[in-house]
Amino acid sequence: MTDWTRRKLLTRSLALGCSAAASPLLTPISLAAGPWDNRLVVIILRGAMDGLDVVQPYGDPAYAAARPNLKGGEAGGGLDLDGYFSLHPALEALMPMWRAGELGFAHAVSTPYRDKRSHFDGQDLLEAGTPDLGPATGRDGWLNRMLQTVPGMRPDLAYAIGHENLLILTGQAPVANWSPDVRLKLSPQGRRLAELVMHDDPAFADAFAEAAQQLDSGDGGMMAVPTGTDMDMAGLSKKGTEGIRQVAAFAGEKLLGDTRIASFSIGGWDTHRFQPGALPRALTQLSDALLVLKSTLGDTWGKTAVVAMTEFGRTVRENGTRGTDHGTGGAMLLAGGAIRGGQVARDWPGLSEAALYQRRDLMPTRDVRAYAGWVMRGLFGLDASVLERTVFPGLDLGPRPSLIL
Amino acid sequence: MAFDPKLAEIRFGTGLARRILGPDSVDQMLERLTGPDLIARDYPIETFPAFQKRIIEARETGKAYRQAKNAANAPELAKIHDRVKQDARRAQSYWMLQVLGRRSYTQDGFRERLIAFWTDHFTVIGKGAVMRRVAQPVAETFLRPNMTGHYADLLIAGVTNPGMVNYLDQQFSVGPNAPARAKMPPARGLNENLAREVLELHTLGVDAPYTQKDVRELAELLTGLGIDADGAQVFRENWAEPGSEMVLSQTYGGDPARMDHIRSVLTDLAVHPATARHLSRKLAVHFLGDRPDPAVVEAMERTWRDTRGHLLSVYRAMLTHPNAWTPERVNVKPPFDFISSALRVFAADPKPFKGKPNDVEQRIRKHFLNPLQRMGQPWELPIGPDGWPEQDDAWVTPQGLATRMEWALETPQVLLKGLPDPREFVEMALGPNPPESVRFAAKAAESRAEGIALVLISPAFQRR
Repeated sequence: MTDWTRRKLLTRSLALGCSAAASPLLTPISLAAGPWDNRLVVIILRGAMDGLDVVQPYGDPAYAAARPNLKGGEAGGGLDLDGYFSLHPALEALMPMWRAGELGFAHAVSTPYRDKRSHFDGQDLLEAGTPDLGPATGRDGWLNRMLQTVPGMRPDLAYAIGHENLLILTGQAPVANWSPDVRLKLSPQGRRLAELVMHDDPAFADAFAEAAQQLDSGDGGMMAVPTGTDMDMAGLSKKGTEGIRQVAAFAGEKLLGDTRIASFSIGGWDTHRFQPGALPRALTQLSDALLVLKSTLGDTWGKTAVVAMTEFGRTVRENGTRGTDHGTGGAMLLAGGAIRGGQVARDWPGLSEAALYQRRDLMPTRDVRAYAGWVMRGLFGLDASVLERTVFPGLDLGPRPSLIL
Repeated sequence: MAFDPKLAEIRFGTGLARRILGPDSVDQMLERLTGPDLIARDYPIETFPAFQKRIIEARETGKAYRQAKNAANAPELAKIHDRVKQDARRAQSYWMLQVLGRRSYTQDGFRERLIAFWTDHFTVIGKGAVMRRVAQPVAETFLRPNMTGHYADLLIAGVTNPGMVNYLDQQFSVGPNAPARAKMPPARGLNENLAREVLELHTLGVDAPYTQKDVRELAELLTGLGIDADGAQVFRENWAEPGSEMVLSQTYGGDPARMDHIRSVLTDLAVHPATARHLSRKLAVHFLGDRPDPAVVEAMERTWRDTRGHLLSVYRAMLTHPNAWTPERVNVKPPFDFISSALRVFAADPKPFKGKPNDVEQRIRKHFLNPLQRMGQPWELPIGPDGWPEQDDAWVTPQGLATRMEWALETPQVLLKGLPDPREFVEMALGPNPPESVRFAAKAAESRAEGIALVLISPAFQRR
């Protein structure tokens, strides 16, 4: 059934007064399963995460001097990872994941974006997946281009979650859009009447039908959110926020069903000033998102890869306001049972001044798109040529990273 | 298809109101528009000069705090600085309530629609802890007084005001051969940001025949325009690129560089035929829908050219055209207009929340700011200088529609002492001859709250 037919049917059945949940044609189980069994979650970290403070190269001889107020390693309470890198203490709740081989990092990575260090352009390029910004940037995102190569696409195979229009999933391939913080509660009668008043207006009728279906399937994610007493169980931070947990729980619920790809974003990484206060807030969001995903997915976590990536890294040296400014190379995070975690993958360029990019930034030694490409190759068996031409035009995938199963 | 007072309120105003009669003619609409700004007097919003005091205070308290560094009184100074920022944040949400108040009680709804249109056309998203709250003071001082004269005056005010200069980085742009550049780091130079948006968004439109060279020459012509530390407009002659510039085959500038050169190019751009076409169409799309009748656009465009961009005449050309009064409502209200037009029907208290500032702020957030964000229109935070989308399909999304319904169910109950009878509310909200389905739904709803929400969520209310 095409999307159009399904929507029309839904609209019509609702207009006739039968609830979507009761209709056998519309329950997810009657729909064909997705083309693959593995799951991919892409998290966009907006604002430029300081990879050097998240995965701290305390073993590098130049590190301590560059960051007298932003200490890493033992001096800053960092959690040792491999004798060279330590993890920011705000990610402590993820250490069991690290030990289980379900959490890893790639360091000294970046997109091809260079020099102007604009968030806006940097994020556009990160989501477009193209080698540079051009007139076509913004038309579609790399996850959507990947979906375009899959025959028999259904819109609920991929979910863009939140209020924003995620460029990474925008494009010709149909995707679902929803935000789990919609708390609409309607009586059955109210809902039938809402369908009635919208019945003759196709645009409103279709959108309401899709909303009604979302609200039917798991109350828009509201039921699955671990809050209050469940918090300790999941290891969630008391300082965390409800919003991101809802988003992650919603993503997890969808991925347990027919959905194979989910994407959302986390902001708050632009730490120009007082990074010791600002960065833990953002890290808590990321940590909570991963913990909720894992606990929601249960066994399916083993078939899942999570990729968290940011538009660029930050300056090696801290600035005059206990923060860092826009830089180039940084770190990306991979998690899930479908990656080989427990390692910080890197071709480490070093932090001595001569080794830096423009004598200020961590020198990128690998493209974040290569990691994302290899993850998709591993999960979905995509051809290297599809990845290098269609999904990430002009990319050289290079050798298989050790983080890929 | 002729003038109709109710349609005037719905399509060209801020919606129907219980006790306010619509205008009796197009002439009366335009008389009110050019008459005294009564509603702004009743619901004042801070002017830009008053806002500048906040900028100065933020600068001084921030400086004191940074100088204190690790001194004993540093936490105290940090708190003072934070208070200035907090006050500005609260002021911004207070001004949103004032805008809602104006839209709820005005008899001059066309003026409120126009200020929303021009504020969006000259989108300003200030940068900095206090500057980010600047949008309303900029609109109040630079745009609102200039909406009925020649477009050139509105354009000059919209492009050169300190909010716009801050937003599009104009104050950092320095001529490559300007005297001041000699003492700057070698990487410093021209910033094309404002010049590009002036041609693409504010005047000619992206399809017009201008080139990268025009952008660059205009950027050179704009050098010198900046803001000082107090947020005041300045023209720094020694930052300006020496010599003349050529924009669209016309020569401007020359030494010494002056602010008048910038006014001169903007005045010409304001009356360019491409500007007439671009903005006539944009206005028509805003008021009439995604595909406005070409005859209406043509009449506006001709008027623009004939009157050298006299905006009142252009508005009159639209309003006196019979095809502007088709009874069918197509245009979807964006989230803020949806909310404000609902409040207008209710005649709800424009300052509904009382108590401690912190509690008031929380409730404004809960009932207005958060819902607007979930509907996809966070207050004063469009994604870029192009403002909010005009296309209807940007607003008819599953999550957006569900949030409108959620708001319509919950917030009216909080704002009103008692909800009106849904059966009476139908005509209050939709005017005479409402669709039978809405009348039925209002009658058949299980509760007053649901009945009210069903009327507000109906396409008959959401389209205008």
